[in-house]
Amino acid sequence: MIEFHLDARSGVAPYLQLIHQVRQALRLGLLRVDDQLPTVKDVAAGLAINPNTVLKAYRELEYEGLVAARPGVGTFVTGTLSDASLAAHGPLRQDLQRWLAKARRAGLDDESIEALFLNTFRAGTAQDVA
Amino acid sequence: MTAVLDASGLGKRYRRRWALSDCTLSIPPGRVAGLVGPNGAGKTTLLHLAVGLLTPTAGTITVLGGRPAASPQQLARVGFVAQETPTYAALSVADHLQLGARLNPGWDSKLADSRIEQLGLDPGQRAGKLSGGQRAQLALTLAVAKRPELLILDEPVASLDPLARREFLQSLMEFVAGHEASVVLSSHLVADLERVCDYLIVLAAARVQLAGEVDDLLATHHRLTGPRRDPATLPAGQQVIEASHTDRQSTMIVRTSEPIHDPAWTVEQLSMEDLVLAYMAAGATVGRRPALEVQR
Amino acid sequence: MTWLTWRQFRAQAWVAMAALAALAVTLAVTGPHLATLYRTTRRGDFLNLTQAGSYHVLSLIGAFVVLAVPGLIGLFWGAPLVSRELEAGTLRLAWNQSITRTRWLAIKLGIIGLAAMAAAGLFSLMVTWWSSPIDHANESLLGPAVFGERGIVPIGYAAFAFALGVTAGLLIRRTVPAMATTVAAFVAARVAVTLWVRPHLLAPVRVLSVITQGNLNTYTQHANGPLGGPITVAVGVNSPGAWIVSEQTINGGGHVVASIPQVAACAGNRGATPPCFTRLAQLGYRQLVAYQPASRFWAFQWDETAIFLALALLLAGFCFWWIRRHVS
Repeated sequence: MIEFHLDARSGVAPYLQLIHQVRQALRLGLLRVDDQLPTVKDVAAGLAINPNTVLKAYRELEYEGLVAARPGVGTFVTGTLSDASLAAHGPLRQDLQRWLAKARRAGLDDESIEALFLNTFRAGTAQDVA
Repeated sequence: MTAVLDASGLGKRYRRRWALSDCTLSIPPGRVAGLVGPNGAGKTTLLHLAVGLLTPTAGTITVLGGRPAASPQQLARVGFVAQETPTYAALSVADHLQLGARLNPGWDSKLADSRIEQLGLDPGQRAGKLSGGQRAQLALTLAVAKRPELLILDEPVASLDPLARREFLQSLMEFVAGHEASVVLSSHLVADLERVCDYLIVLAAARVQLAGEVDDLLATHHRLTGPRRDPATLPAGQQVIEASHTDRQSTMIVRTSEPIHDPAWTVEQLSMEDLVLAYMAAGATVGRRPALEVQR
Repeated sequence: MTWLTWRQFRAQAWVAMAALAALAVTLAVTGPHLATLYRTTRRGDFLNLTQAGSYHVLSLIGAFVVLAVPGLIGLFWGAPLVSRELEAGTLRLAWNQSITRTRWLAIKLGIIGLAAMAAAGLFSLMVTWWSSPIDHANESLLGPAVFGERGIVPIGYAAFAFALGVTAGLLIRRTVPAMATTVAAFVAARVAVTLWVRPHLLAPVRVLSVITQGNLNTYTQHANGPLGGPITVAVGVNSPGAWIVSEQTINGGGHVVASIPQVAACAGNRGATPPCFTRLAQLGYRQLVAYQPASRFWAFQWDETAIFLALALLLAGFCFWWIRRHVS
């Protein structure tokens, strides 16, 4: 079972935050197939949020095929995000570490590295969209 | 399905001042509706009209399809937590539960008892000795244990400290999730409502400035920032709610159901607080403007 | 609702019951001795005994209690009934239970109103019983000072005071001003009825009589000298315990006069002597006395009780009308 939390200042809609947290947990292997998600009532009561928000998040996850509701029992994990990509994490991290070292040698400080990364990342997504 | 609250041309006048005027509103069932507005905007008046503590001067109001407080059956369907969450100071917590059990045919004593236990309240304690948060929770227990279809709360957390406030809203959401009740909740603080509401009503200067599903409202309102520009030159589908200008730059909050293509604008999403503040400001400056209503 | 009414009212009810019990014990202990005293002593001695000392004090206490109880009921049971809930905001709690506000008011008014009438009735019953020997000896039951503290009329006063208090609380919405208004209005109503309504409830008996040494009650010579001065007199009627409502002097010409002008036969120290009265009779002076005989005591009691109960019902009706339209 995972526990949800909300960041009120993030500006991200609460139901999206819930979805992100489930996906993150799946990615990190914290949630596995057949694990149960907290009930709508527990999440609503725990976070003091509208139960419809929780329902909306769960429905979205269901639509993505990651979870399934079993009537009268609860919502259970049916899919996973980790299997295919997890193997690729190691080599990619090594590449990234090499790149970071190169950036430091070139005289970039942490802030500049972060800005460069985000800029490139955004430009990439923008090109994908277009 | 019947609207939980249906108002048409509703108005209430105290002597010469209209506390609420020309209010037309239809809140769909199954929502947690937030009623926001500055102090004195008419929130309490609207809620008192809905529970039948006041009678309208103009227009009509029906709640769950019936006239407010017209019969014991109607009263049983609506739970109300009044502002300052009044309780009988001389009566104990147990007395209050007894009161609820004797005056409400649908009383759920299991729910009431388990809530009191969960809250850690001493049944023998006099209500007058309870803290503000505990008193609010007791008032909420009385309102929910009668198992209403609609729960109306008038600024229930306004006088509570942040922890008590959070605990109260947790209790409220637990009840809503467990019993599928509709809720109308007023507050002058948007932060209280942001997490719990999926329907929003902005009341300012005795009028409804905005009403609609939160998701729709957030999807159709944008903040545009760009080179200085006259709001009148915007496309017809874009309604300007708020505009401010420097000598070079214009910032506007607009409402539109169309995507915004103009590359001159930087388009930003609004938070619920931005939205409420924009409409409250609009209501304050153009007090006489007809209500901006989203009827779907 | 009955439960809630009792739960909120029980402190006041206990106070009333304690006061009833205390008075009951005091009167039960002293009452039989007083009755024996009345049977075994001559009237004059009995009156002397009861117009001073502990019996006098007890009779004053009894009279004061019955006089004050309706006012206290209006003050502490009536006025706060709605106003305290308005002040504390608890009406907003009570009126959102599954019970209409009309029913809420009906049960509150019914239960506490009946309790008020019962309490006032019991206080009056005890005091009426205890003081019956003194009342018999005094022959004064109809007098304004005693009438309101005996019999059933305190029940009417209590019902009226209670309804008055509730009405004041409903209109004024604040407890302390409502209490003050209740007391002022109740006292005003009691005084007005005593002075202007009660004497006219039944047509008084009128008798015309000459002034004699025997029937003379008071004789006042307003100036004295060789020729005397204007005189005013008052006479009694031959009806024990009668309540004299009005008395006028009528001259030989059949006209009402404020006073008898100077009469030589009554001048100087000859005033209030047989020759003076003979001369007054010769001149044609008569006293016209209107009075209510003591036998009408219960008729007056029923009439005045009915008046106050009717006023109480009117006020209660007003409360129902008001609560449905105006209160929040």
